Amino acid sequence: MIFIRRVGRRVLPCFCVLAAGLLPSLAQADSILEPVGPVGKGDALIMMDALVIMLAIVIPTMIATLGFAWWYRASNTRAVYRPDFTYSGKIELVVWSIPTLTIFFLGGVIWIGSHTLDPFTPIPSAAKPLEIEAVSFDWKWLFIYPEQNVATVNQLVVPVGRPLHFRITSASVFNVFFVPRLGSMIYAMNGMVSQLNLRADKPGKYLGFSAHFSGDGFPDMRFDPVAVPAAQFANWANGVKGAQLDRNALGQLLKQSRAVKPYAYRGVDPALFDAIAARRVAPGEGPEGGRGGAEGRNVMPHGGAP
Amino acid sequence: MLGKLSWSAIPFDQPIPLIAGAVVVLLMLGALALVLAKGWMPYLWKEWITSVDHKRLGIMYVLLGLLMLLRGFIDAIMMRAQQAVAYHAQGYLPPEHYNQVFSAHGTIMVLFAAMPLVIGLMNFVVPLQLGVRDVAFPTLNSVSFWLTATGALLVNISLVVGEFARTGWLPYPPLSELRYSPGVGVDYYLWAVQISGIGTLLTGINFVTTILKIRAPGMTYMRMPMFSWTALASCLLILAAFPVLTATLAMLTLDRYLGFHFFTNEAGGNAMMFMNLIWAWGHPEVYILVLPAFGIYSEVISTFSGKPLFGYRSMVAATLFICVVSFMTWLHHFFTMGAGGDVNAAFGISTSIIAVGTGVKIYNWLFTMYGGRIRFTTPMLWSMGFLTTFITGGLTGVLLAVPPADFILHNSMFLVAHFHHVIVAGVVFALLAGIEFWWPKAFGYRLHEGWGKATFWFSIVGFYVTFMPMYVVGILGMTRRLQHYDVAEWHWWLQISSVGVLILIVAAGCQVAQLLVSYIRREELKDITGDPWNGRTLEWATTSPPPVYNFAVLPQVIDTEYYWELKQRAFEQARLSEEPKYEAIEMPRNSPTGFVCAFFATIIGFALIWHIWWLMIVGLIGAYATFVVFAWRDVPEYMIPADEVAQQDRARRAARQHILNTGEVAWQ
Repeated sequence: MIFIRRVGRRVLPCFCVLAAGLLPSLAQADSILEPVGPVGKGDALIMMDALVIMLAIVIPTMIATLGFAWWYRASNTRAVYRPDFTYSGKIELVVWSIPTLTIFFLGGVIWIGSHTLDPFTPIPSAAKPLEIEAVSFDWKWLFIYPEQNVATVNQLVVPVGRPLHFRITSASVFNVFFVPRLGSMIYAMNGMVSQLNLRADKPGKYLGFSAHFSGDGFPDMRFDPVAVPAAQFANWANGVKGAQLDRNALGQLLKQSRAVKPYAYRGVDPALFDAIAARRVAPGEGPEGGRGGAEGRNVMPHGGAP
Repeated sequence: MLGKLSWSAIPFDQPIPLIAGAVVVLLMLGALALVLAKGWMPYLWKEWITSVDHKRLGIMYVLLGLLMLLRGFIDAIMMRAQQAVAYHAQGYLPPEHYNQVFSAHGTIMVLFAAMPLVIGLMNFVVPLQLGVRDVAFPTLNSVSFWLTATGALLVNISLVVGEFARTGWLPYPPLSELRYSPGVGVDYYLWAVQISGIGTLLTGINFVTTILKIRAPGMTYMRMPMFSWTALASCLLILAAFPVLTATLAMLTLDRYLGFHFFTNEAGGNAMMFMNLIWAWGHPEVYILVLPAFGIYSEVISTFSGKPLFGYRSMVAATLFICVVSFMTWLHHFFTMGAGGDVNAAFGISTSIIAVGTGVKIYNWLFTMYGGRIRFTTPMLWSMGFLTTFITGGLTGVLLAVPPADFILHNSMFLVAHFHHVIVAGVVFALLAGIEFWWPKAFGYRLHEGWGKATFWFSIVGFYVTFMPMYVVGILGMTRRLQHYDVAEWHWWLQISSVGVLILIVAAGCQVAQLLVSYIRREELKDITGDPWNGRTLEWATTSPPPVYNFAVLPQVIDTEYYWELKQRAFEQARLSEEPKYEAIEMPRNSPTGFVCAFFATIIGFALIWHIWWLMIVGLIGAYATFVVFAWRDVPEYMIPADEVAQQDRARRAARQHILNTGEVAWQ
C-alpha cells in the first residue's frame, strides 16, 4: 500500500536527521553520557546495557511490524489470506517467552545495579571521604563543610579524586540534588537525611541544580560544582571568608529568595545540620500570600515541632 | 459574605489569562445566545442534558474530552513557546504563570481530556458490544458525566477567578501545603479532582456491574469482545485506585483547611507518605487509560486485517496480568528517594514485568495482521502509528525502570519525553482511532478519509519532532519544569521541539477540518446499513445511529464473533435470518438528576475553594434534596410499543437485505 511507502519516505529521513544530530550532541558538556566519576560511569553503563538488551528484541519487532503490514496489505495479491489463523500454541509460547526471558535477564541487571550503585553505598577508596552537608532552602542550596568549618551558598567546590560523602536534607519543600556528570541524584526532604556518595575524577566546572520542582524560584537553584585538585581545595577552604553561620544567619536563609549569588560563611554551628534535619528549627517561611490567599494562613507559628 | 473572594482574585495585571478567559466566556455566552435564539434549548434539555442514554452520555463525554484536549494543547503550546525563548531570559511567562500552565496542562490532559475520552468511548461502545440496552445504572451514569464536567468547569474557572495550582499536576506536599501555597490554586485542584474523581468512581461501579451482570444471553466471558474486556479491567482498576486518590486528597484537604499535619513539615507530618499514596493511585491511573486504548487497537487491527484477534485468550490473560501488576510498581516514581537496593530492585523488576504483558499484546497484534488482508483506513493508520511508536516508548519506560538509569534520568526531560511518548502514541492515537472507528455508529456518517489521513501524518511527524528532542535535552541533563535556563546546548533542541508543536497545530487544524467537512458532506458519507467497516462485533449489527434501545431483540450469542458468523451465513445463503417476534421494550426515563446534582456540586466546590461557608451549606442542601427527589420518583421507566420497534427494525433489515441482493457493501 502507498501509505507504507510514505512511512518509509517521510519518517525514516526524520529519524536519520535526528540520529545524525543526536550522536555528536550527546557527547557534549553536561551530558549524562560523559560522566566524570565512578558513579556516573556506573549509572550510564547500566543504562546502555539495558538499552542494548532491549534493542535486541525491539528492532526485530519493529521490522516485523512494518514488514507484516506491508506484505499483507489488501492490494497484495501474492499474500495468502488466512482468516482462520487465529491461534497457535507454539506462537503463544514464543511470544510469552521472549519478553519473559528478556525481563529475567534485565531483572538481573536491575538487581545487581540497584545494589552496587545504591546512593547510600560508600565508594571503595583508601582516602577518607570528604564530608559535605547539603541543605535545600527556598530557593538556594547551602553546603556545609564541617571539617573545614566553612559553608557556601549556591557554590560547591570539591577535590578531585577524593570520595565525597553528602548528607542531604531540606529546610522547606522537596528538592533533588543533582550533578549530571557526577551521577546519581537524590531527594532533599524535610525531616529526613538522605546520603549520596560521589567522586569527581576530572577537574572542571559542571552543571549542578535541583531536579525537583520546588516553586517559583526553582529554575535558579543552581550550584555548578567546581572540581579542583586536592591542594587547591585545601587552599580554597582556608581562604574562605564570610560571616558566622549561626541561628541568625539561618533565619535569613529560611526566607524565600531567588537567583542568589554564591557567597560563603566562615565558622559553622556544628549542630546546625542535625537541628534542621530533626526539625528543631522552623521550616522555611513560604510566601506572604497567593492570589486569594492573603488571609486565612493556617500554619503553626514559627518554632517548629512541639 | 464572600469568603476570600474579592476583586483582587481577578488577575487584571496578567493579560494572558484575562484575555483567554474573556474569549472563553464570550464564546460560551455566544453559544448560549445562539441556542436560546434558535429555540434549541428544549431539544438540548430533553434529548441531551437530561438524557440517561449511554450513547448520548458517551458522545457528551467525548465532546468534553475533545474540548479539554484543546485547552490542554493550548497550555502545551504556551510551555513550548516559553522554553523556546527563555534562554538567558525570562521569556514571556513569569514563573507564577508558567507554573500554573504546566500544572493545568497535566491535570487537564490526564483527568479532563484522556479520562472523559476513554470513559466516553466505553460508554458508547460497551453496552452495544455486550448486546444490551443500557448500563446497569443509567441515571448514575448521567451523574458521573456531569460531575466530571463540574471538575472541568472548576479548573477552567481558575483561569480568571483566582489561580490554579502551581505545584505540578500532582500537588506534592510540603509545596502544596498552606505554608508554601497559600493561594487558592491548590484548593481549585483539590475540589476539581475530588468532585470529578467521585464521578469516575461511580463510572467504575457502573461498568463493572454492567459487564459482570448485564450481557446478552449467551455472551459468556470468553465471548466478550476485547474492548469490553479491557473496559472491565480498566474499571476494576478505577474501583481499586480512585478511593486511594480520594483519601489522599482528603488528607491534604484536612491539612489545608483544618490545620491537620498529615504531610506538613511540622508536628511529625510526613510528605513522603503522600508520594506513596498518590502514586498508588497514579500508576494504575496510567493503565486505566491505556488498557481501553489497547482494546481499541485490538478491535481496529482485527477489523481492518479481516481476521479475528489472534490469541484472544492470551490477550485476555495479558490484560488481567497488566491490571494486577500495575498495582505493584508505584515506587518507581521515586527511586531517587533512597529506599535502598532491595526495595528499588524489587520495584524495578516489577515495573519491567509489565512489559511482558505489553510485549505479548504487541506480538498478538502482529500475528493478527499476519495472514490478514489489511485495509489502511484512518483508524488502521493510527494503529500502525501506535505499534511502531509505542515499542520505543515502552523501551524508554523500561529504561527508566532500571534504578541506576533512573538515578540520572529521574525528573528529566527524558522522562517527560517518555511519558508523552507512551500516552500520546498509546492513548491519544487510540482515542482518535476509536472516534474515527465508531463515529459512523454514533452519527450515521463516516468521517472524511483524506482529512483523517492528513491529521494522522501531521500528528506522527509533529509528535516525533516535538518529543525526540526532549529525549536529547534530558540526556544533556535538563530537568523538567524549568521556566528559564542558560545552557546553550539545550536551546536549539527546545526550538526544534517547538517547531514540532507547530506541526501538531496543523494536525489539530486538520482534525477540526475533518469534523466540519464530514458534517457538511454527511449525505455522501452516509452509513446506510450500520456496518461500514465490515465489523465483527455486535455494535455493527444494529443501525447507525442505533435506536435508543440498541437492539430490537437481544441477540442470542452462541459463539465468539457471533455477529461475524451471522453475517457470513447471511452472505452464503443470500438471505437474512428469520424475522424475530417483536415485543414492547422498557427503557429508563430521562432524568435531570445528574445535571442538577452537578450544578450543586459546582456551587459546593466553588464555595469551599473561596471559604464561602453559607453557599456551601446551600449547595449541600440542594444536592441532598436532588437525591431525595430522585429516590422518591414514581415512574422510572417508559414503554416503547412493539409496533414501533418492529417498524424500525424492518427498515434496518430492508437495508441489509438490499446489500444481499445487490452485493454493494460499504467497505470495498
